Amino acid sequence: MPLLETRDLSAFYGDFQALFGVSMALDAGDTVAVIGANGAGKSTLLKTICGLVPAAPDAILLDGRPIGGKRAADIMQLGIAMTPEGRKLFPSLSVEENLLIGGDRRKGSGYWCLSTIYRLFPVLAERRTAPATALSGGQQQMVAIGRALMSNPKLLLCDEISLGLAPVVIKDIYAALPAIREQGTSVVIVEQDIVQALAVANKVYCLQEGRVTLQGAPAELSREAIHEAYFGH
Amino acid sequence: MMISALDILVQGVLLGGLYGLFAAGLSLIFGVMRLVNLAHGDLIVLAAFAILVLVNWLGLPLPLAFVVAALAMFAVGYALQYLVLNRTIGRDILPPLLLTFGLSIFIQNGLLEAFTADSRRLTAGDFETASIALGGGLAVGLVPLATLLTAVAVIVALNQIFYRTAMGRAFRAVSDDPVTAQLMGIDNRKLFALAMGIAMVVATIAALFLGVRANFDPSIGPARLIFAFEAVIIGGLGSLWGTLAGGIVLGVAQTVGASISPEWQLLAGHLAFLAVLLVKPRGFFPRAVD
Repeated sequence: MPLLETRDLSAFYGDFQALFGVSMALDAGDTVAVIGANGAGKSTLLKTICGLVPAAPDAILLDGRPIGGKRAADIMQLGIAMTPEGRKLFPSLSVEENLLIGGDRRKGSGYWCLSTIYRLFPVLAERRTAPATALSGGQQQMVAIGRALMSNPKLLLCDEISLGLAPVVIKDIYAALPAIREQGTSVVIVEQDIVQALAVANKVYCLQEGRVTLQGAPAELSREAIHEAYFGH
Repeated sequence: MMISALDILVQGVLLGGLYGLFAAGLSLIFGVMRLVNLAHGDLIVLAAFAILVLVNWLGLPLPLAFVVAALAMFAVGYALQYLVLNRTIGRDILPPLLLTFGLSIFIQNGLLEAFTADSRRLTAGDFETASIALGGGLAVGLVPLATLLTAVAVIVALNQIFYRTAMGRAFRAVSDDPVTAQLMGIDNRKLFALAMGIAMVVATIAALFLGVRANFDPSIGPARLIFAFEAVIIGGLGSLWGTLAGGIVLGVAQTVGASISPEWQLLAGHLAFLAVLLVKPRGFFPRAVD
């Protein structure tokens, strides 16, 4: 049984339909990259999975159980954590408080806690008392990832974690992914930066205008096929 | 002359403690969920009547009556927020304003129906009139002094909750960004209800001192709300210590006004409020960004 499955998932913002029958499956231990152009529905897909955008109950299954349309707070407690696009740290909270709040409602029984996150991102330990928004963009992204890990999620959703960061910083962030996977967390990465995403994923879904246009293992997909799936004709 | 000026100042500061207590709950609610509760003054009066009923009808001693009333008001606040106010909270600030405005009228008339328009008082025995001499002809009443000390204790306690506990972290996170807070597993509806419950406990503390210090009747809620509002605005939105400071500014202004002429008491408070708005439109210690 897949860890997460979407079946014929459709999503709407009011009258606007953003996803059309998206079906995907993710097994425990997978790192799945969701790629696509701006407006392809990648972020909507993650928001629908984590409960911020409504969905039909049977359209999203976690461990075979329907979770579509549940409240975001409940879905988080079932083990799906999200690092939202733009990081969305809490400006009134210090770095350490931002991390702590990620685990206040669900600790899980896993490896991740304050000390292991400081081991993963040592620079955060030095800045633990600083307001979260006083950090550089890359450090803020580390806080956002650490905050999501604090709940020891089964599944981590990463929305555009490289957005607006310098290439050298992006490398640092992505270097943390193997350690996250090692501790048994599966990962979904939404990226516009295809190269970065394909390098870490064992499975790729390409979205175009709300539909899956290509899927498979990165090694099996030709550049041409990806190019066509990404941009269309 | 010196003594009487000092006396006015001291009495004003002590009065400010009461206004700080009125305002603390309002400040808390606005800080956590950006909700302006127009029924706050009436809820304080409701709490005062709750204490009164427990003392007069059930014969409970005042401290016990206060504790029971505080627990009951916590439940009232929790239920009010969870069942009613949460439905109105959203991007539009008007629905919660209209709803709490209606609630204010509902509480006033409900109390009028149940208790008539007679003035009431909570009795605290000798404590009511006891005072401490500070020397040089200066004396402070025990009740006003206890009011101010309680106000300070309430602000300290609320700050401890806000900055030292997981619940306080959640309050601040929801205040910053309610959508992302849900991604932390925080159920905003329950958290808002908890905040309103705590605000109603503070309102009950305010009600205790209101009732022991002065007469109250079902119609005085809106005036307490105005004082509370002015204290919050003078202090700056989002700062609890600022709210107490705002209460003290208001208390001193009113006492100075009253020393000139009794009809100047309320006017002087409002003038001080307007003067602060002119000089510092965002209050003395603003924390909220918007």
